[in-house]
Parts: sequence; structure tokens; C-alpha cells
Amino acid sequence: MDTTYDPALAGEGADDGQPLLYPRIDCRDVSVFYSGKQAVFDVSLPVFDRSVTALIGPSGCGKSTFLRCLNRMNDTIDGAKVTGEIFMDGENINSSHIDPVLLRSRVGMVFQKPNPFPKSIYDNIAYGPRIHGLVDDRQELDAIVEKSLRRAGLWEEVKDRLGQPGTSLSGGQQQRLCIARAIAVRPEVILMDEPCSSLDPIATARIEELIDELRKRYCIVIVTHSMQQAARVSQRTAFFHLGHLVEMGDTDQIFTSPRERRTEDYITGRFG
Amino acid sequence: MNNAQDNPFRSEKALKRLRRRRNADMRFQGYGIVALGFALFALVFLISAIAWKASGASTYHVIRVDLELSPQTILPEGDASPEEITRNIEGFYSLVRNDLLTRFPEANETVQSKRAFSSLIDRMAVLPLAREVADEPHLIGQTTSVDVPLSDDVDMFLKGAAPRAIFLRVGEASSPMRNAEEGDFKIEVDRLNKVSAKIAAIGQHGAEPTVLLVADKSVGRIKSMEDGDVILEILTGRQDQFDGASVKAVIIPSPEDQRSVSDQQIAWALALKAEGVIKRVPHFSLLTHTDSTYPELAGALAALVGSLLTMLVTAAVSIPMGIFAAIFLEEFAPKNRLTQIIEVNINNLAAVPSIVFGLLGATLLLGTFGLPRSAPLVGGLVLALLILPVVIIAARAALRAVPPSIRSGALAVGASRMQAVFHHVLPLALPGMLTGAILGMARALGETAPLLLIGMVAFVAEVPSSTTDEATALPVLIYSWASNAERAWEPMTAAVIVILLAILVLMNLAVVLLRRKFERRW
Repeated sequence: MDTTYDPALAGEGADDGQPLLYPRIDCRDVSVFYSGKQAVFDVSLPVFDRSVTALIGPSGCGKSTFLRCLNRMNDTIDGAKVTGEIFMDGENINSSHIDPVLLRSRVGMVFQKPNPFPKSIYDNIAYGPRIHGLVDDRQELDAIVEKSLRRAGLWEEVKDRLGQPGTSLSGGQQQRLCIARAIAVRPEVILMDEPCSSLDPIATARIEELIDELRKRYCIVIVTHSMQQAARVSQRTAFFHLGHLVEMGDTDQIFTSPRERRTEDYITGRFG
Repeated sequence: MNNAQDNPFRSEKALKRLRRRRNADMRFQGYGIVALGFALFALVFLISAIAWKASGASTYHVIRVDLELSPQTILPEGDASPEEITRNIEGFYSLVRNDLLTRFPEANETVQSKRAFSSLIDRMAVLPLAREVADEPHLIGQTTSVDVPLSDDVDMFLKGAAPRAIFLRVGEASSPMRNAEEGDFKIEVDRLNKVSAKIAAIGQHGAEPTVLLVADKSVGRIKSMEDGDVILEILTGRQDQFDGASVKAVIIPSPEDQRSVSDQQIAWALALKAEGVIKRVPHFSLLTHTDSTYPELAGALAALVGSLLTMLVTAAVSIPMGIFAAIFLEEFAPKNRLTQIIEVNINNLAAVPSIVFGLLGATLLLGTFGLPRSAPLVGGLVLALLILPVVIIAARAALRAVPPSIRSGALAVGASRMQAVFHHVLPLALPGMLTGAILGMARALGETAPLLLIGMVAFVAEVPSSTTDEATALPVLIYSWASNAERAWEPMTAAVIVILLAILVLMNLAVVLLRRKFERRW
């Protein structure tokens, strides 16, 4: 697989469902400051479409912070400042004329802890399409809810109790509900911030299967603490340390023959 | 190996330390229970003391007579307009008094006795009757049963509150024997000699107590007593009613010149009570009448409505303002020095003495803006300012209790900040916000000081109908009734306190129900 960044390929799509490696998002010299303290240092990273990119690294290395740059969730934090350029479809999403609300409808996000709204399962999914005006009538909405739940692999479990509160589901189901909620607004990119860290191994396995399924349609960026998980689900891996991007490349290459010493130390368990 | 010193479960030192720790634990719990018990005791004591006081005002005595509302007396000028009817209080009054006077010929004898008899009923006591007749003029000329409240002094005596009296059954009387002096006679009463020593001991400060003997509808005063033989002076009724009758003694310790009711008035009241003309009835007028200078006529209706109107204004201003201020500060405002200063000042404002808000209202609302004095509008605005910090602080706490993950979730699916707040955060925070608001309102309901300063202490005889009418409020009414001298106001004041407490309890109940109904977990 050719993994080097080729701008000529940017923006081209393919419908065969096969992973097609061209950068969907291209980050250049991204730095993040929290109240003047720098947390991420000049990270340049292409994120490829129809693949899973895993961000790994020890706690506090800035991988979550970097992830949150991709849908400008850092805007909601007081004192956070992002510099550098992040291109998506030829637009710098950090520029002031990009509306973060619009951006977030194209870049969905799943959080560490499942956070369904305290509403019905149906309303959890329907909320996004409603506020974005994606549907005209109830039937269309029903269709979106069903499709999203099916893609998240939750439909069979909840189809008879869509009116029940989303918080009544189990942890793993809640997380899949959150994924379905993110899918419902038809994003192109899905960001996942340690989506399995609060789940048991069985629920984790289901989510991982789901991620593998989803990568056929979406560009997925996942932050994970578990190197096994990164090895299992991702095609590309980026290793962060102390706010710096140390190394990135194909997952196989990172885990078998890392170029950097620090990467090797980390994945062999010598620190972190 | 088996040495106790080596076993960590049995070593002396460890056990000693453990004991000390357990004792400290028990001591701490003990303090807590003592503190709780004291608080509980104080609360129960307070509530029962007030309830006990107020129970005296739950009933009162009225004179219930059948009256012919003759047009000559109540319409001396023949004009049957409602204004004319209500103005002719004197006519109604003489109607009631003359009906009663027919029962007591001795009251008609002198001007003094007639005046003493008249003061059994206050002149204004017939005003509700006059109003009723004015509303329904067809009653004129008909005979109808009317209730007229008894003067508060007599009412208090009959309730046994003041002056205190002791009622004793003293057995049967012998046939009366005429004594030397006119009007006096001598009788023997069964058991009177057994209690005579007791009676003498009751007298206050060495003075002889007054002892009245009651037989049926006749009342006599004991002039002297010797071995169960008494010389009795008839105050009202006939001496032959004592003949063989079962006699009740009424012993009044305080001397006649130190009381507000004379022996003669007491005699009349006892006779009327024996006749069934004076009845003890539930004191509904406490809730249906407005304020009055006569305790038996006074009611809390005007103050109740005034409080309600004031609360309406307070709620309308403070709840939306407080909630929106809290939403802005908590969810939208940038965290900088300015918002920090605002935050600190809101917290400080909550600690400002309420009277300061009254001063502010007096100068700003009355002085600068020229709003009407004594109006619920001004009172409501002042109280709204007073509880605004409380509402804001409670609302912010409620917002802060909503987990940030809900906001992130909403933002991540592309909701705007406002959508995230209004669709997701606000519904979760609302029960908490309303709890704070209702508690703030409860505080406002009990506030007196600021209302005094903006003139809501006025005597209000009319039920206010709008927020700009002259009005007073329940706590202010309590304040003004409590400063009245007459004894009769004491149970009345307690009764209004009970009304106020009942409203507060209802509000707190609403808080509990609201919380239970809408509390959601996430």
C-alpha cells in the first residue's frame, strides 16, 4: 500500500467500498495551547479516507487534544487556542469563516464514556437529523433512525423499545447508540475518543467489529490506550509522545518495525 | 508465634488505637444526634406553641338572634340605596341591642348600665350585616337570623383567656331568704364552704376574688360568705331561679377595676350564654374579613391577597430574569475578570440585609420612578431584587450539575451552543432551577422589613384588586397585629402566623414533588 501523501489524489472518491488511501483530512503544523501552555506541538498528519487511523501514546501525550481539533471541539474549552491548518475538502477548517456547527455535522464524534441524551432511543438518533433539517416527514426520519441503528448493529436489540430512554441500555449498547447518533447526521469522518475504555471485553469486541464495518464508508480516527486495539482495528497508526507526533505509518509497520526508538519502547511496554 | 504481642490482630497497641478510634466515632455520632435532637425539639416546641396560641382564634363567640329588619330602624330616611343602608350602622346596631335589652330590664335602668350593656358588642360589628342587607335589599322587613361577633373583651373572658376565671360546680342551693338590704338575699350552697378557703387563696395580692354564682339564666355576686351561707346580690335574672337549682361558681381572681369587663357585663354574658344566644362558632371571618381596629372583626384576607399579588410580581420578575442570567453566566459568558467580578457580587448580594433592598425600593422605585406607595407592584419588585441572587445561584448550581458530556454530545452532532443548552441542558436543570426559585419565593413571602420601608404597612380595609392598589402582606400584618395592645390580638396574630406557615409548607411540598417527578438520572 502506498501510504505517502499525494495531493493529486485528494478529494477523489470511489464506490467499491475498498479502503482507498487518500487524505480526507490533512493537518499541517497543528499546535494547541491551553491557557498559553502548549499541549500539542506542530503535528502534521494526513488522515486517509475509508480507513481507521489510530492515535496511540501514553496518557497526557496530546492525542485526545489533537483529535478534538478535527471537529473544533477545542473551541468549547475556555483558554484553548489552536494554530496551524487543517484541510478538509480544500478548506482550512480552522479559518474563521468555517462554522464549527456545520463542521461538526460532517465530522461526528464518539466519546470515552457513553453519553446518550436522557431521552428515548428514537429521539437520541433523531435529534441530529431534526436540527439539521435532513428530513421532511416522519417516515424519512423513521428510515434514518432504522438505518443508523442497523449500521451501528443495534437495531435488532432495540427495535421493539425505541420509546425507552437511551440511558436504560447497557454500557456497550449505549456506546453503539452514540455511534448510531453520530452516523445519523451523515458525517464523512467519525472521531472516536477511547470509545471502549469504559466497556467490558465482550462489548469492546462488538464495538471493534462495528468499527471495522464502518470503515468501509467512513474515515475514522480513533484514540486508544490499548495497543492491541490499535493493532486490531486500524490501518494507520500515529504515535504521540509529550505532545509531539513521533511516528506515523501503516499499523503493520509501526508494530513490527518502528523507525523510532521511543515508539519501540512504548509498544513493547517499556514505558507509558 | 502464639505470642499476643506478635499477632497484629491482638496486639495491645493496635487494640488500644482501635478502641480510641471507635470511641471518637461514637462521640461524633453522639454530637450529631444531640444537635439534631435539639433542633427537632426547638422546632416542635415552636410549632406547637404557635398552634396552641392560634387555636384560641380558631373559634369566637357571636350573638345569634332572630331579628326583624324593620325598615323604620334601618332606613330612617326611607332611602333603600346600598350606600344609605351601609351608612346607617347605628340603625342596625340599635336593632341588635334593643333586641337583647328586652331580656335584661336592669340594663335599661341607668345611662351607665345601658352603656355598659352596649359595649358587649362593638358598634362596627354590625357592618357585615349592613353590607349583607345592602346586597340583598329584599331582606328588609323580614325576620332573619343574624350573627354578630361579641366584643373581644367578653369573647376573651368566655374563652377563659383574660381575665382568668375558675368555674366550679358547687352543688344545690337552698331556698333564698330575703336579707335586710334591697336586692340581696341569703342562701345556703351545698359545697361552697368546702371550697371557701380555696377561693380566698385565689385572690390576687390580698384582694378578695370576685365570686359569681350562676343558676340557670340568673347570676348573683357573693357579698359575704360564712360557713356556706352566702349573701348574694342579684346582677341579672331572678332570685327564685336559685331555689334548689344546681349552682355554678365563677371565681375571678383579678379585682374588677383592673379588668376590661365588669362583673355586670360578665353576668350578662353568662346569662346570654346560658340562654343559647351567645354561641361559639368557627372563626371563618379570619379568612374572609379585611383588617379592622376591632379584633373580633379583623381578618387577614386583604393581606393574603396582597401577599399573593406581591408574589405574582416577584415570580414574574425574578424567575425568568434569574434563570436567564444563570444560563448566560454559566453557559455563554466568557470566563474573564468582568464575569468574575459579577459572580462575586451576585454572591455578595445574597448576603445583603433585606432592609437595604427596602431602602433601594423607597428611593429608586418610589422616589425616582414615582411608582405608587404601598403597592404590591413595588413590593414585588423589591422582593424580586432581594431573591434574584438566590435564584441565580440555585439555577447555576442546577446547570453545573448537568454533566458536561451531555453538552459535548449535543455539540458533537452539530447542535449550536444555544441548541445544546435549550434542548438538552435546560430540561435537565429545570427542576433544580425551579426548586431554587420556589425556595427564594418562600423567603420573599416571609420578608417584612423591605415592605415596611415602601409603605406596605398601611392599614388596608379593602381587598386589593390590582398590583397598584394599596395593600399589605401577611408578615407585615403579623408585625402590626403583634404590636397591638389588646390581649385578643395575640391568638389572632398566631393564627395569621399559622396561615403563613401553612403556605410555606405547601410551597416546600411543591418543591419536593417537583423534584421527585422530574429528577432524572444519567
